[in-house]
Amino acid sequence: MSIDKETAAKVARLARIRVEPDRLETLAGEFNAVLGFIEQLGEVDVEGVEPMVSVTPMRLKRRADEVTDGGMQDKILSNAPDAREGFFAVPKVVE
Amino acid sequence: MLDLTHEPPKPKVIAGAKHDWELVIGMEVHAQVASRAKLFSGASTQFGAEPNSNVAFVDAAMPGMLPVINEFCVEQAVRTGLGLKAKIHLKSAFDRKNYFYPDLPQGYQISQLYEPIVGEGEILVDMAPGIARKVRIERIHIEQDAGKSIHDMDPTMSFVDLNRTGVALMEIVSRPDIRGPEEAAAYVVKLRQILRYLGTCDGNMQNGNLRADVNVSVCRPGQYEKYQETQDFSHLGTRCEIKNMNSMRFIQQAIDFEARRQIRIIEEGGEVVQETRLYDPEKGETRSMRSKEEAHDYRYFPCPDLLPLEIEQSWVDEIAANLPELPDEKKARFMADYGLTEYDASVLTAETDAAGFFEEVARGRDGKLAANWIINELFGRLKKEDHDITQSPVSPAQLGGIIDLIAADVISGKIAKDLFEIVYTEGGDPAQIVEERGMKQVTDTGAIEAALDEIIAANPAQVEKAKVNPKLAGWFVGQVMKATGGKANPKAVNALVQDRLGL
Repeated sequence: MSIDKETAAKVARLARIRVEPDRLETLAGEFNAVLGFIEQLGEVDVEGVEPMVSVTPMRLKRRADEVTDGGMQDKILSNAPDAREGFFAVPKVVE
Repeated sequence: MLDLTHEPPKPKVIAGAKHDWELVIGMEVHAQVASRAKLFSGASTQFGAEPNSNVAFVDAAMPGMLPVINEFCVEQAVRTGLGLKAKIHLKSAFDRKNYFYPDLPQGYQISQLYEPIVGEGEILVDMAPGIARKVRIERIHIEQDAGKSIHDMDPTMSFVDLNRTGVALMEIVSRPDIRGPEEAAAYVVKLRQILRYLGTCDGNMQNGNLRADVNVSVCRPGQYEKYQETQDFSHLGTRCEIKNMNSMRFIQQAIDFEARRQIRIIEEGGEVVQETRLYDPEKGETRSMRSKEEAHDYRYFPCPDLLPLEIEQSWVDEIAANLPELPDEKKARFMADYGLTEYDASVLTAETDAAGFFEEVARGRDGKLAANWIINELFGRLKKEDHDITQSPVSPAQLGGIIDLIAADVISGKIAKDLFEIVYTEGGDPAQIVEERGMKQVTDTGAIEAALDEIIAANPAQVEKAKVNPKLAGWFVGQVMKATGGKANPKAVNALVQDRLGL
C-alpha cells in the first residue's frame, strides 16, 4: 500500500488535523515508512490462525443494569469552553 | 394451532412517464434497549432529565475511562434475536465507527460491524387477512446512541445534551424484501409489536426510541424476481438511504417521494447517485445530506477497549425458554381456541394488554361475543376519550358480567349497551345494576301478551294491513318493545306477534 499526497490530505481531514500543503509530501513519506515497517508482518503465514485479541484468557467483564453514575452536570460541563443552561454550547452545526 | 398460510402482497407499481416501476426497500431500525443504565456506563437512560445530568465520565469520553458492558442490554439483543427467529452468535465483537460530530464526544461510536451478535431471522409483515410479506432480517447488532443537538435555542450556537450518549441501541437490519410504502410502515408496526411483546424496547417513536433508516431503489417489473433468484444486487437500481424517520406517516411519504424522484432522474436519462438523504416533512421532499457524504469514510476497526463478547449456549437456551408468546402465535391461538376471524384476532393481539383483557373476559364465555364487545363497544368508547385499554374504567370481570347477562337472556342486546354505558361511566356490578334499575328482559309471555293485545285492540286498521302484508308485523314488534321499555325479549315478542296475527 502506498500513500500519496491526496491520501495524506484525506486522512488529515478525516482526523481533523490541519496539515499545511507543503508538509503533505513529507507526511505521505512518513506514512509509507510506517506502513512498510508494519507490512513485514504480511510475510508470516497465519493461515487458519485465529487473531489474538488478548494476551490473557479473560472473559469480557460485565456490569449489572443499575444506575450507579451520573447526576453531575457541573462536572461534565466544567471543561467546556462554553456552556449555557446545562448544555454544551458549540458553534452552530445544522443539517 | 392453525396453520396460517399467507399470500404475499402485490408490489407497489408506480407509473412513470415512460414505464411502470417497482420499489425495492430495505430498513435499518434503531431500537433503544429498555434498560435502566447505559450500554457501557452506569448513567441513567431516563428520558426528559435535566440536560447532561445522565452522563458518566465514560459517556463524556473523559481520558482514561473504559467501557464496561451492561449484561442486561446483551440479553435484550439476544431476546430480540430469538423473537425474530434469528441465529444467535455466541461470539461477537465491537468495532469503532469513527466520525466527528459535537454530540459524539468519543469521536467514534462503538458498534458491531464485522461480528454482530444476531444473524439472519425473519418477520412476517401482515398486510390484510390472508396477506403477509415475509421479510428477511440480515442481522442485529448492539451499538451506542449519540447525544442530542438542539439548534433553535440560539441564533449562532447549537446546544448539546449528552444524556442520550451511550444509551444502548439494537440496529435491526432487513434485507431488501419490502415492496412498497405501506409495507414499509407495516414492517415497522410489526417489528414494534414484537419488541413490545418481548419487552426489549418500548417502541416509543415520539421520544425517538424507535427510528428507521430506509433504503429505497426502483427497478423495472421483473428485475426484483431476478434479484431474488440470484441474490445479485446488480439486477436492482441504485439505492438512496433516507435517515432517521420516527413516524409511520413520514416513512410512507418519504419513500413515495424518493421513488418518484429516482424514476424521474432515470427516465430523463440521468443516473441515481447513491447517497444519504433527509426527509423534510414540511416540504414533503427528501434532500441530500452532503456533510454525511463527506464523512462517510468511517475507518472501522476493532475496539481495543473491549474483548470479544462471548456468551454461552446454556444462557441463550434459558432466555429462549422464557420468551413470551409472540404475536403470530397468539393470533393463531385466538383463532383456533376462540373461533375468532383473523381480523378480530389481529386487533386483539396488537397489544399484549388488550390480548390479556380479552382472555380474561373470554375465559369460560363465548369468545366471539367477548371479542365483539371489546372491539366494537369498549375500544370504540375508549377511543372517544383517547384512552387505551389500561385506562379502561370497565374491568374484564364487569364486561364478562354484562356478557353473562346477555347469554342468560336476562337482558337484551339493546339494553346491554345501555348497561355498558352505565358501568363505563358509573361503575358497579352489572347484575346488581340490572336488578336495581329494573332492566331485566321481560320473558314472561303473560306481560308481553297483555301489551300486544292492547296494541292490537287499539289499531284494527294496522292489523288488517299486516294480514295482507306480513312485513308489517315488525311494526307490532316495535310497539311492544316500546311499551315494555325495550325490556321484552325480542324473540318472544316476534313469536307472539306471528301467532296473534295468524301469520
